[in-house]
Parts: sequence; structure tokens; C-alpha cells
Amino acid sequence: MSAFFPNFWAAVLALGLLLYVVLDGFDLGVGILFGFTRDEATRRHMLSAISPVWDGNETWLVIGGTVLWAAFPIAYALILSTFYLPMCLMLSALILRGVAFEFRQRASAHTRFVWDIGFAGGSFIATFVQGAIVGALVRGISVGADGRFDGGGALDWASPFAFLCGAGLCIGNALLGAGWLVLKSEGPLRERSYRIIPWLLAGVLIFLTFAFLAALQMNLSVMHRWVERPWLDVFPLLGALAVIMIVKGVGKRRDSWPFAGTLVIFLAAFATLAASFLPYMVPFSLTILQAAAPISSLSFIFWGAGIVVLPLTLLYTIIVYAVFKGKVSPSAEYR
Amino acid sequence: MSKELLTVLLSRIQFAFTVSFHIIFPAFTIGLAAWLAFLDGLHLATGRPVYRRLFDFWLRIFAVAFGLGVVSGIVLAFEFGTNWSELARRTGAIQGPLLAYETFTAFALEASFFGVLIFGRNRVPRWFYFIACLMVALGTTLSAFWIMVNNSWMQVPNGVHLTADGAFVPDSWRAIILSSVVWVRFPHMLLAAYVTSAFCIAATGAWYILQNRERTESRTMMRMGLGIAAVLVPAQMLFGHLNGEYVVRHQPSKMAAIEARWHDEKPAAEVLLAWPDVENRRNRFAITLPAPFGSLIDSDSLSAGEVGLDSIPPENWPPVRIPFFAFRTMVGCGVVMLFLAWVGSWLALDDRLETRRWLLWATFLSFPLGFIATLTGWFTAEVGRQPWVVYGLLRTAQAATPFLAPRDVALTLLIFGGIYLLIFSAGTLYIYRLLRQGPLPTPVDPERANPKRPLAAGGPDSHHGIELGSTPA
Repeated sequence: MSAFFPNFWAAVLALGLLLYVVLDGFDLGVGILFGFTRDEATRRHMLSAISPVWDGNETWLVIGGTVLWAAFPIAYALILSTFYLPMCLMLSALILRGVAFEFRQRASAHTRFVWDIGFAGGSFIATFVQGAIVGALVRGISVGADGRFDGGGALDWASPFAFLCGAGLCIGNALLGAGWLVLKSEGPLRERSYRIIPWLLAGVLIFLTFAFLAALQMNLSVMHRWVERPWLDVFPLLGALAVIMIVKGVGKRRDSWPFAGTLVIFLAAFATLAASFLPYMVPFSLTILQAAAPISSLSFIFWGAGIVVLPLTLLYTIIVYAVFKGKVSPSAEYR
Repeated sequence: MSKELLTVLLSRIQFAFTVSFHIIFPAFTIGLAAWLAFLDGLHLATGRPVYRRLFDFWLRIFAVAFGLGVVSGIVLAFEFGTNWSELARRTGAIQGPLLAYETFTAFALEASFFGVLIFGRNRVPRWFYFIACLMVALGTTLSAFWIMVNNSWMQVPNGVHLTADGAFVPDSWRAIILSSVVWVRFPHMLLAAYVTSAFCIAATGAWYILQNRERTESRTMMRMGLGIAAVLVPAQMLFGHLNGEYVVRHQPSKMAAIEARWHDEKPAAEVLLAWPDVENRRNRFAITLPAPFGSLIDSDSLSAGEVGLDSIPPENWPPVRIPFFAFRTMVGCGVVMLFLAWVGSWLALDDRLETRRWLLWATFLSFPLGFIATLTGWFTAEVGRQPWVVYGLLRTAQAATPFLAPRDVALTLLIFGGIYLLIFSAGTLYIYRLLRQGPLPTPVDPERANPKRPLAAGGPDSHHGIELGSTPA
């Protein structure tokens, strides 16, 4: 089979996941930060910064999921079933945080706390689980020769390394969220977000150090990739520059720098993982070509969804972001 | 029961539960999205303030229902892989692309423009706002289309071949998408959603008339709701009948179960109501129309032979009672809705609608009928397809994730059950409160008061002129 279609869809999948990680990343991060404040005005301001876009952001998760199923059904079946419990936990968490946007403003004052817990807790759990799944994939899962899971059961994925990655993504998303709040808000919320950025940035760097040491200690296969492919070093370098950008941005109060810098860190981390996994879809057991759907499926989605609808989707995502550009007022809720 | 069978049973319960919960909201929002676009278009064309007030009112309700539909829909996109990994693996080449098209053409469209609908009034030009309404309506409709293509393929698997290791490979997308089955089932679902929404709108209008409030809005809602239903319910019944034809042709086991027909008959009688006694292969307490009514209803013929369950191996039977009673419930709801819509619209012609209190009460109490009909229709289609997940080719029991233990699925079922119960109760309560609150005066819009003023895009959100507590007194 020609490798063009599988590679095209692997690229689309990577793009979709990257968009999901950074777009839903910032609104999940705002959700995590939401849990650390009690002040109702601040909470409303935080929500109004993400309300118009969170739904579109989460779409990229569904796009990622369905592209994975359409183009790489063997990988979809393998990954989703292997991570049965974390996936179900993530979906439950996303439900709770998703309804909170609408529900907390409809709830009476004394039941609002239910949706506040759902929003902050849901954001935290969804982020943690996503990080843990990535960690477990980096560490490697048990896959048989036929591409089916052949490990012990529903808890096979759990490991200290996976949990470390879960915690790391929580800090990372919180940093992304704080950067977004700086970009979208004025007044006390902006100032407050500026103040926590250095702490979160330090947290991210500490996590990355620990993750690196743990990977070294466990002699993970992914580490060999970095020795084999020295050009991968460009990504950590890019990350280091981004750290400087964030620190400078906070110092000079340049509102777009912390968010942009964090984006670069996420991009660098994502690119590092993607480039060290290649040509594997599930590292290091199932390649892109092994997991690919038959050509009749890949070309069917290529000519419609791939080259027509996907660019349109990107286009109106940009339009919607343009409609809601600029700072938001502290209470831009509707009734 | 073996561990494997218990896992499959729990997974089936979980899927049935999450998908049934989900369908309630699209059934409502597909119709509401079209209704909102219609109202916004009417307001744009006529400038009458009642349309704007109704629009704002239903938009608030739409937002609650839409949110519930989105979050419960995301679960489904992943459940195929978590609980049904063998299905996902074997049918991924067909179902994957169809759901990918759904996500790309529908999900992304409605999610993005939904934000504009709710938060963008003051940020976009008037015409763009209308476009956003149309995009949301288009998105919900396309979503229904792709889901129906996918489900129709599971009912009648056209256009594919099976490989040696049991995977389905598409040969003809034309056969999959343009199958005649799709073109009777998609309109059936779409009409179900429109009728459901029409009755919710009419019921709200009737409720307000009974309370003697919102005089203009209540009449508009009841007349428009019943008027739309008066046209659509008969159309829905026609498409329902056309659906029967594909079942007769392609799914004899489902048809035999729906009709509780145990033996081959030529011409066939029609069981109206009975208690199907599966053990003894007969009906108890049966009320039956004599032959050839069964042939007439199922095959449009006075003499056609109809297949009975006796001719089908029992291991290929669906659980007979569920499709039998679900189908009759659906048809019963349809008949009541047809009666209300026709009588109501006839009385509305010379303004006697508001004086018939029994009709107002009946219309008010009819709001669940559309939901019940939609759900029982799906039960008929899906349970009637059992024991197959892909009819005739792949059994449900072979489609489940092989290594899951019953306790894993029991745990997630418990979690989903708890969360859905919470959000369903809350969502229903909030929708009820919004309905009780009723339409509000259109907010003063300073940005638009002066037509020469350039658009407010990029500026701070001007908050609506009216501030209301979240709980009405």
C-alpha cells in the first residue's frame, strides 16, 4: 500500500492532538486554577475568558478520536481498550466540567458549589488522566503480535511514571491557563495570574527534570531514540528559549509572552515525543502502516474530510477566535 | 453466567444507558436549532419583536440541552473503543470514516458557532449572527445524517467484504451512504426530532395560555408548534411505514419479533396487542386483526407471506418482548400526537384554540410524547437487531473488549450512572425554571441603537441591559 495516505492521516492526527493539547489545555488549566480561588467575581472572570471557546476546543479531542478510529482502527481499538478505566474516568470528568459552564449560572447560590467542584475537579482529573495515559504510552504497553492488548488487565497502565506524567501535565496546563488569563483579562485577575506564572514554570521544569531522570533510570526505549537521532535536541533548546521568553514576559508585563512561551514549550514537548515515536503509532509495538485502515477507507476520508472539511474547520476555528479576540469583561456571562 | 457473558451484558447496559441518555438531547436540539434559525430568520425579515423574544427564550433552553447533548455525545465516540474493541477493530474501516465525517462536518461546526450564538450577539454583524444560527442547525442535521448512515450500515451491511481475520473492508461507499435504507431512516430520525421539538414548543404555549400569561408568545408557540406537527406527524408516519419495508426485506427476525409472529403466515394476520409467551412460542391475551391485515401492513399486499420466528433458529432471535412493546408504544405516541396536532390546528383556524381547556391541558401534558416515541423507536431498531451488532455478520457477544472483567465495567457503569443522574436531574430542573420564568423583554442594546456606529467586534462585551438573578422568585 502506498504510504502517502497513512502518513497524511498520521500527520492530521498529530495536528488534531496538538491542537487539542494546547487549546483544551488552556481551558482545562483555567479549570484547575479555578479550584484555587474562592472569590466569586474572580471565578466568573475566569469562566468568561474561556466560555465561548471551550466547546470548540474540546471538539479536537473528538476529531482526534474519530480520526484515530477511521484511519488506524487497530490502534484505536488497542489504545481505548487498554486504557479502559482512565478513558472512562476522563470522559466522566469532561462531562462534569462541560456542564458546569451552563449549570453554575443556572444553579441557586447554595447549590452552585456542586458545579464548582465538578468544574475544578473535572478539569484536574481529565488533565491528570491524559498525562498519565501519555506517560504509560511512553513507558510502553503490552501488545501481542496481532495488535491486541495482551497485558494483565484494566490496571496494567498504572505506574509511578504514569502518575508523575499526570501530575506534570496538571502543572503544564495550569501554566498554559495562567498565560491565557493574562492574555484575556485585566485588573486583579491579570495581576494574580502574573504572580503564579513563575511558580508554575518552576514546577514544569522540576517535573521535566524528574521525568528525564526517571526515563534514564528505567532505560526507556524512548531514550535510545534521542541517542540515535541527535537532531531531536533542537526541541529542548527551543523549550529553553521559551522559558526565557516567559520569564522576560512576566518581568516586562508583556501580556502575550507567557502564553506564547508556554505554547512553544508544549509544542517542543509534543514534537519531541512525536519524532521519537515515529514510525510507531503505539510505541514501540504498532507502526503507522501496521495500524492503517484499508486504502478504500483512507482515500474516502482524504478527498472529503481531509482536503476540504479539515481546512474549513481550521478556518472557522480561526474566525471564531477572531470574533472573541481581545480582553473579556469580568462578567461577560449571558442570561 | 460466565464472566465473559457478564462483561458483555454490563457493556450492553452501559452502552444502552449512555446512548439512550444522549439521544434525548439531540432529539430536542436538532429541532430546536432549526426552530431558532427559523425564528431568527423571521425576525430578520419582519422585525417583529415577538420573534426576538421567543428566540432569546428558546436559546437559553437550547443552551442547557445542547451542553448535555455535547458532553454525552463525546462519551459515545470513545465507548466503541473502550467497551467494544473487537467491533472497533473489525468495523473501524467503515464506522470510523463515517463518524470522522460526523465530527468534521457537524460536531466542529455546531460547537464553534454555538459560541457565537450564545456570546456573540454584540460582536458580529446581524447577518453573520443569522449565518451562525443556520450553521448550528446545519451542524445538528449533518450530525444526525452521519449517525444514521453509520447505524443503517450496522442494520443492513451493504457495500463491504470480510477479510480472513474477520475485518470489514469497504468496497463501495456509494452503496454504504446512498443505500435506500439510509434514505428512509435519516428522514425518520430528523422528523422525530422536529416533531419532538414542535410538541415541546406547543406544550409550553399551552402551559402559558392555561396560566393566562405571555399572551402573544403563548399563542404563537402553540399555533406554530401544532401547525408544524400537523404537517410533520403524517409525514413521519409515512416514513415509519417505509422503514417497515426495509425491515421486512433485510431483517426478518426483527420483523417477526415486532409483530410477535411465531409461525410463517400467508397471508398474515396482525397482532395489535398481546403478551408474547416466548417459552411456548405463542401470544397470550392477543387482540388480533385477521389476515390479510398483517401482510397489508408489513408488505403492502393482500397475499404476501410473512416470516415467523419458527423459521429462524432461536439463537438468532432478538428478545421478542422489547421490540414488540417498544414499537407499539412508539406508534401509540404517534397516534396521540397526530390527533392533538390536527384537532388543535383545525380549532386554531377560527380562533377557538384558547377556549378549549381540555385541549390546552392535553397539549401541555403531551410534551414527553416525542421523547418517548423517539426512544422506543430506537429500542425497536437496536434491540430488534440483536443478537447481531452488524446484522447477520457479527454477533454482539463477539464484539466486546475481550479482557475486561465484570468489575471494571460495573465500576464505570456506576460512575456514569451517578453522573448522568446528577446532570439529568439538574438539567431538567434548570430547563423547568427557564420555562417557568418565560420570555424576557428584549435587552436594550446600546451598540445597535445607532446604526452608524461600527461593529463592536474586539471591544469589551457590553453586558445586556437587564440583570437577573439566577433563580427567579
